[in-house]
Amino acid sequence: MKIFRSHILIGIDSISQMQKIRDIEKILKAEIKKNGLEEEIKVIESGTLGVFGFGVTMLVYPEGVYYANLDETKIKRIVEEHLLNGRIVEEYKIEPPEAKKDLTIKGKQERIVLNNVGLIDPRNINDYIARDGYKALEKALFEMKPQEVIEEIKKSNLRGRGGAGFPTGLKLSFTAPIEGEKFIVCNADEGEPGTFKDRLIMEGDPHKLIEAMILSGYAVGARKGYIYIRGEYKLSIEIMQNAIKQAKQYGLLGDNILESDFSYDIEIKKGAGAYVCGEETALIESVEGKRGNPRIKPPFPGVKGLWGKPTVVNNVETLSNIPSIIVNGADWYKQFGMEKSTGTKVYTILGHVNYPGLVEVPMGTTLREIIFTYGGGIKGDKEFKVALVGGAAGAFLGKDMLDVPMDFDHLGEYKAVLGSGAVLVMDEDVDILDILENLMEFFNHESCGQCSPCRIGNPTILRLIRKIKTNDNLKGNEWETIEEIAEAMKETSLCALGQSPILPISSALKYFGKELGR
Amino acid sequence: MNNMVKIKINNIEVEVEKGTMLLDAIKVAGFDVPTLCYHEDLEPTGGCGVCVVEMKGAPTLKRACCTPIDGDGIEINTFSEKVKKARRTVVELILSDHPDDCLTCIRNGNCELQSLAEELGVRENRFEKIYTEKEIDESSSSIIRDPLKCIKCQRCVQVCQEVQEVAAIDMIQRGFDTIMGLPFEMGLADTVCINCGQCISVCPVGAIYEKLNEKDVWDALSDPKKHVIVQEAPAVRVAIGEEFGMEPGTITAGKMHSALKRLGFDKVFDTNFSADLTIMEESTELIGITKHAISTGDMSKLPIITSCSPGWIKFMETFYPNLMNNVSTCKSPQQMFGALSKTYYADKEGIDPGNIVSVSVMPCTAKKYEAQRPEMRASGYQDVDFVLTTREFARMIKLAGIDFANLPDVIADSPMGEYTGAATIFGATGGVMEAALRTGYELISGETLPSVDLKMVRGMDGVKEADVEIPGLPFPLKVAIAHGLGNARKILDKVSKQIEKDRKSEYHFIEIMACPGGCVGGGGQPYGSSIAIRAKRACGLYNEDSTMLTHRKSHENEQIKQLYKEFLGEPNGEKAHHLLHTKYTRRDDI
Repeated sequence: MKIFRSHILIGIDSISQMQKIRDIEKILKAEIKKNGLEEEIKVIESGTLGVFGFGVTMLVYPEGVYYANLDETKIKRIVEEHLLNGRIVEEYKIEPPEAKKDLTIKGKQERIVLNNVGLIDPRNINDYIARDGYKALEKALFEMKPQEVIEEIKKSNLRGRGGAGFPTGLKLSFTAPIEGEKFIVCNADEGEPGTFKDRLIMEGDPHKLIEAMILSGYAVGARKGYIYIRGEYKLSIEIMQNAIKQAKQYGLLGDNILESDFSYDIEIKKGAGAYVCGEETALIESVEGKRGNPRIKPPFPGVKGLWGKPTVVNNVETLSNIPSIIVNGADWYKQFGMEKSTGTKVYTILGHVNYPGLVEVPMGTTLREIIFTYGGGIKGDKEFKVALVGGAAGAFLGKDMLDVPMDFDHLGEYKAVLGSGAVLVMDEDVDILDILENLMEFFNHESCGQCSPCRIGNPTILRLIRKIKTNDNLKGNEWETIEEIAEAMKETSLCALGQSPILPISSALKYFGKELGR
Repeated sequence: MNNMVKIKINNIEVEVEKGTMLLDAIKVAGFDVPTLCYHEDLEPTGGCGVCVVEMKGAPTLKRACCTPIDGDGIEINTFSEKVKKARRTVVELILSDHPDDCLTCIRNGNCELQSLAEELGVRENRFEKIYTEKEIDESSSSIIRDPLKCIKCQRCVQVCQEVQEVAAIDMIQRGFDTIMGLPFEMGLADTVCINCGQCISVCPVGAIYEKLNEKDVWDALSDPKKHVIVQEAPAVRVAIGEEFGMEPGTITAGKMHSALKRLGFDKVFDTNFSADLTIMEESTELIGITKHAISTGDMSKLPIITSCSPGWIKFMETFYPNLMNNVSTCKSPQQMFGALSKTYYADKEGIDPGNIVSVSVMPCTAKKYEAQRPEMRASGYQDVDFVLTTREFARMIKLAGIDFANLPDVIADSPMGEYTGAATIFGATGGVMEAALRTGYELISGETLPSVDLKMVRGMDGVKEADVEIPGLPFPLKVAIAHGLGNARKILDKVSKQIEKDRKSEYHFIEIMACPGGCVGGGGQPYGSSIAIRAKRACGLYNEDSTMLTHRKSHENEQIKQLYKEFLGEPNGEKAHHLLHTKYTRRDDI
């Protein structure tokens, strides 16, 4: 095997692609060649490096130096000074928080889901296999009965990362005993504003998701899986398609996987950008080619889902936990996180922090750690005002919540949710009314229109907020009316979308009633 | 296995079968909850959010229409403060998206949203109106859409897609802009809509209604130069009473004739007369084709499919043009009557047909379209000038201040007023089939039918089949009846496949009615119709047939005999062909 003295990681994801990282990469490779360093330095395309807001970045090993805001001039200088002469170009480098830099499982972050992201080439199945990839599948197929796979997942206490936190093993166990054709569906329609973790998981480690879907299929006796990816995620789609093709070539998908009796295939379905299609029954309707409206539950998808057949729907992050659980066992998994919320959680940190991006930390990590340790604190020496946690359908968490362990149960006690894991951090200058208006514009735009509370409630609240904003002929009871509508929407809407506005509205009023003129 | 569960509704314990919907269980306990989008004949969509109730332990309120009871011990409160508050807010939101023009709305006094607001005691509207003006679609000759009134309950879409399987309409746009709409913003007239009006019969508000012809008829009635005559379809006489507080199925044929006389029609005839005529023509056609098939061995002209239902005819022209040659060429009773009114009747009475205004009262909206088809001018004029629905007729009676319930019974005028029991059952699914068999049997065999009541073709099953032994035929006549076009598709697909494969079908005679229940369930009938109500109306027709009429077979109708003798000659003869038969047009390019 060839030994290189230095490795450069180029993080290819949707954002860096838009920033023309491919052009920078070409220049880098040309410069390396020009300087005769081809045999010494290897450029690796990986998934996201987890650092955002700094233009095109790359990570140079063994020093572990992040270079940011790269362009042609900077690349030329870095190649000459750093790669050729071994002098780090200090002025181009950035220093993300130590905790965030650590990409290994031993560091402060606990990387189960993201353990390969940013380290391997997502287009090369061998990279995944070299990191124990498809070991869980081999173990399950040849050493475990389907029921044992379910038991292990049950024992791990893994809970759905899509928002509701439903126990994954239990979900599998509802569908497993039903006879006949069944389906596995992966919800990769990540639509919660400020959330991009599933995209980066797919772009950085696609085979982990494929392996998890095969394992789920084996566990419940399904032979077909669908990955529903939102259409805007072009790179995710391309990388997943490539990974499926490779897995087929390796006999990991298709008939008689690894020469066992088990056959399984995966198909990708593209979403058309409707937020409500992240709701599992609307997603199923969309896969069937229909208008993405939610179905009435019960029956739940586990009993009657895609094409009327039992269907297990899980989120990308949830699924990506499964291979490690199977390889290392439930007991190993349970050492991370809290008693009832085990494992890790991937957060996307954004807003007024120094280092926006992706982190994976144990369940129960506090909001303070997420913002100040991993996010590098508030930008520009401002005060922390509030964070919107869980996406648009999440709640505002103020200073009093900074030290509450973040997991399903603790947040539940405060009528907050983990939701999508988006942490939108706001500094003292943010106008909460602006944020609420923006959120209501979002819900109003994304309502599917099927049920009247959501269809009419959203625009009515939006209109009232705009009246408040422009001080237009106010009666004084506007907030009371808004809360009453949002409460009725929570009680009577068909799906989670219409039930959502109450969370940000009531939590905003709790913290900022005075500011909002309540 | 015991499948019963004990639950508590407002503290009253009831035992119901597991899986019962909350809405039904609540009724068992002697309560009711308000609903809006729910319709007993359709799958619940859960759209409106009005029927919510509180279930102990549940995180949110539950919809009574679509929450099945899955276990013991469930406790429900149907009118807690929380329930009342949420329900009211939802209804107020719906009202904020609906114009307050109740006083001038076609559904005034007969609107489910109006009744709901009343039931919930809504006395103020806290929310400002939120809708924007929308264009009314008047392109269709049968149906008007007023999207502004639409409350997005989706019943019309369900009925069009799932019951009729026509799918002319769908919910389009998203969120607040969601609306029942048409492809590419077409007008209804340009779509595959077959004008059946089932959307109207389920619409809870005034968002869809028939094209109105009341004014045209009033104008004709007040014009001294015009000779205005009228015919009424069989199904009208068992439904019009509902508009005046009578039970569905009450037979009001005599009062109906009476009311029309009082409205000032010069002659009050009856579509039942031409229904008997249709049987004469159609049975003759069936016998001719069947005999031809037997003698030549060429079965490809069979089955013969009935042609009375104009919604079904447009459906066939659009979706099953391959079966066009199997559909009877007989015009519908309305159009046979129309053609005769301006020829036979005009001649007989010496009236200029140009001065005759031929009006029909129909349970149907597609009849308005049918009357305007270019083929329907055999008399040299538009054979039927104006078609009124049962509802329009009722409004005319009310406007004239006629006390319908206390009218004397009057029989229809001669020479186009006599009818048999065979004609009156045309209004129910299976009725045309039964009428045709009563006559066909006797014409083929020359024997008297052993029992006039052919019960195997009656009833509300979606598809009915029977083998009918007729002396003189070498095989039993295999017949099928379908009502509601979704049911029709089942038979038609089978027939299409059989003909394509073997150039013959197992069926010989098929009756198809566009509307569920047949004409009694037509889109022009009084509002609030359901399968149960349609069955009651049908029952009324069978009662009239069995208890009130002298003759029960079409070929026994004296005025029909007179018509052939004086004017038409033979059934299926040349004159009959010219006036009473038609041709069809492929419409599968839509």
